[in-house]
Amino acid sequence: MFRIGIDVGGTNTDAVVMHGGHILAGVKTPTTEDVMGGVVESLTKALKESTVPKDDVRAVMIGTTHFTNAVVERRHLARTAAVRLCLPAAQCLPPMVDWPDDIRDAVGGHGWMAKGGHEFDGREISALDADELDRIAGEIAAAGIETVALCSVFSPVNDAMERRAMAHMKTRLPNADFTLSSEIGRLGILERENAAIMNASLRALSARTVGAFAKALDSVQLDCPYFITQNDGTLMSRAFVQAYPVLTFASGPTNSMRGAAFLSGQTDAIVADIGGTSTDVGALVKGFPRPASTTVDVGGVRTNFRMPDVHSIALGGGTIVVEDNGTMRVGPRSVGYRLFEQALVFGGGTLTTTDMAVGLGLVDIGDPAPAQALGADRLAAIKARTDAMIANAVERMRVSPAPIPVLAVGGGSILVPERVCGLPVIRPEHFSVANAVGAAIGQISGEVDRIFALTSIGREEALAMARAEATDKATAAGARPDSIEVLDQEDVPLAYLPGNATRVRVKVVGDLDD
Amino acid sequence: MTELREVTLGDLDAIEIGAAILGTGGGGNPYIGKLRCREELRKGRRIPVIPLDDLADDALVVSLGGIGAPVVGVEKIEQGEECLRALQALEAELGCQIDALIATEIGGANAMEPMLTAAQAGLPVVDGDGMGRAFPEMQMCTWSIYGHRSTPAAMADEKGSIVVLRHTPNEVWLERLARANVVVMGAAAGIALAPMRGDFVRKASIPHTLSQAHALGNAVLRAQANHADPVQTVIDQERGRLLMTAKIVDLERHLKGGFAIGHIALEGFGENRGEHGRIDLQNEFLVFRRDGAVEVCVPDLIVVLEADTGLPITTEMLRYGQRIAVLALPCHDLLRTPEALAVIGPAAFGYPDIAYCPLATVAESHAAGPGGETLA
Repeated sequence: MFRIGIDVGGTNTDAVVMHGGHILAGVKTPTTEDVMGGVVESLTKALKESTVPKDDVRAVMIGTTHFTNAVVERRHLARTAAVRLCLPAAQCLPPMVDWPDDIRDAVGGHGWMAKGGHEFDGREISALDADELDRIAGEIAAAGIETVALCSVFSPVNDAMERRAMAHMKTRLPNADFTLSSEIGRLGILERENAAIMNASLRALSARTVGAFAKALDSVQLDCPYFITQNDGTLMSRAFVQAYPVLTFASGPTNSMRGAAFLSGQTDAIVADIGGTSTDVGALVKGFPRPASTTVDVGGVRTNFRMPDVHSIALGGGTIVVEDNGTMRVGPRSVGYRLFEQALVFGGGTLTTTDMAVGLGLVDIGDPAPAQALGADRLAAIKARTDAMIANAVERMRVSPAPIPVLAVGGGSILVPERVCGLPVIRPEHFSVANAVGAAIGQISGEVDRIFALTSIGREEALAMARAEATDKATAAGARPDSIEVLDQEDVPLAYLPGNATRVRVKVVGDLDD
Repeated sequence: MTELREVTLGDLDAIEIGAAILGTGGGGNPYIGKLRCREELRKGRRIPVIPLDDLADDALVVSLGGIGAPVVGVEKIEQGEECLRALQALEAELGCQIDALIATEIGGANAMEPMLTAAQAGLPVVDGDGMGRAFPEMQMCTWSIYGHRSTPAAMADEKGSIVVLRHTPNEVWLERLARANVVVMGAAAGIALAPMRGDFVRKASIPHTLSQAHALGNAVLRAQANHADPVQTVIDQERGRLLMTAKIVDLERHLKGGFAIGHIALEGFGENRGEHGRIDLQNEFLVFRRDGAVEVCVPDLIVVLEADTGLPITTEMLRYGQRIAVLALPCHDLLRTPEALAVIGPAAFGYPDIAYCPLATVAESHAAGPGGETLA
């Protein structure tokens, strides 16, 4: 069976057709304003180039920045009710307290706090109050709000309160859509609640987008399921992404890293993805992007998503070079998608990093004469600067002193020298569509993050319970049971707490069931 | 350094950064405390700051803060008036009125708590604290070291429970009993300790530390805005010394007895190329060695900043490959006496073989001339 991977980026929509480990076609088309036009076109071109019969396509995997952009641009966000179950705790900082004003306004700024929540050891802070929930539901209905984010204290440890509150409020709000914070975030109530609210506000857009992707597949007569990639490099079903659109945040860099790993056969490496305006550098550990250890802002809102740890620098194929007092200054501005009009080698008047690469004979595009006219000294000075920028970024992301390779992908990857920081550079075949490859090879995952009290059960037993639960989650999401392996497992004893309270995190992945 | 006389909205970001720097890797994250202060100020409440020298001899000063587990603090946020209720319980117990509040620990999250309670209670917060940095346990503060007994102490949780610990045989027992209590309270509570007289507080506190945190944070923010070197700015501001600019080439960390214990190995770059460094940590950074020789140790402050941004890196954020600047800031003389070193010197942290040699300030080492630094 065949798989199609699509990456909808800001500039290009890329698509690849894959059969097992082979890439049968890889195409780039411009991203369109409505997104779907570009998807249809890339699908059409890729199918044509690969000559694969449509009936033999098992699945389409789509990576998209659509939902991130909605948050960043404050567009298409629905008015949302944020309900926190916490009282009497946590009332000093109401929901959305740390949001920028413009995005709080965009979702309406409607927050409530009610009795509920758990202690770290499972005791209730206070019981749910049905009358209070009825009153809040009434106010939500009166405000005409149709999407609700529910967040209860310690819900990643015990989600019962969120579920009971949802069941209760649904009787008053039969048409409302509910997001439970326990399903998308981990400990750290403000960050998890923020993610839940953003998720709730994206639900309507998500439903439309999912429908539009389905239509795009229909219009090219593809009758197969499709998946959306999430930020940990794994796949979400149509129903799942409709429920949890926030999990697509930062899936772009993840896809390019996973694609680079696949194309090069390397599982532990530094990946430099160089586009037109910027370079994303990340680290691969066992074939997956290393997650960031700190909180991550999305559109100015603090979250604790498992985002890949990516260091971005303003260096790409279209980065502008300016001579200043004999020094060649590289960036931060870029000609972006207008490279093919504005660069010297394409007859334009702007000196870019691409001109340097052409002038030095690293790549053969356009007319080399104006680039060569800069002279060897200038070209070497620019090269020294871009090499240093890349070396600095790579150095930051190294996870160990081991001599792992640097994988150079993306359209601008010609800027990466043969060695970086003494590390060998690999430029795999199909490097320019690595992100679409990353989408195509997405796996199914299951995850557990919970505090166990190790007085009643032992550590091994707790880990085994967590693994079994994560495996159940993965198979329920479509993973083939015999392909499941543990990707990450961590147990952290919680300082200061008695009863050997230990936080256990387990993540398993498996191949999509063909 | 300009003295802070009132904390206003525009000061909070700077205090957050400065408190994290003075936390020397520990002390917890002041982010939630900053948000809470902001909410109090937006309600129109105020946070007046009173210099140590302005305290009357018979003024009653209470140190207070949050007690619990940091991981719970980010999930079960306070109701908001825990410390205020603890303070009121203490006043009721003693039949007195408190005149000012003071932070036990300026480094990290507990820098914010007295400011919050000050806003709620209509009291001033004293410009100083009992550590001048962060330490892991309550009794590791100058007041306990110089004879203050912290009982009676009052604790309050978000549900309305109040516990008064009337008497304990010593400060360590207070820490134990308070710790047992806070677990029942859900691992987060406010605690207010027995009031101190103004003359004692003037004598036994680390002075100006709130102003110091504010000035430090401001210097970093200003340097970032002006594209100046934030690390050099911190050094200039604090009369500190740059020990090494380095990359973390090894990192070992584990939890033991409720503490994060371990070390980082460093490889110098820039002017420090060819040098090897090592920092031992126990929640906070404890000992810095260059090429095997101890150069700085507790109670002097070892500060790790991100080399590019000047922002502090706490022990849980350390990572292989980070490019950092290691700074040493001299601790206050109150932490350098034999009584103090018995509680917070290297031996108290399990280094009986390291003799504490006070870090010379830049001014002192210049006066002594080259080679005049009396460092081991």
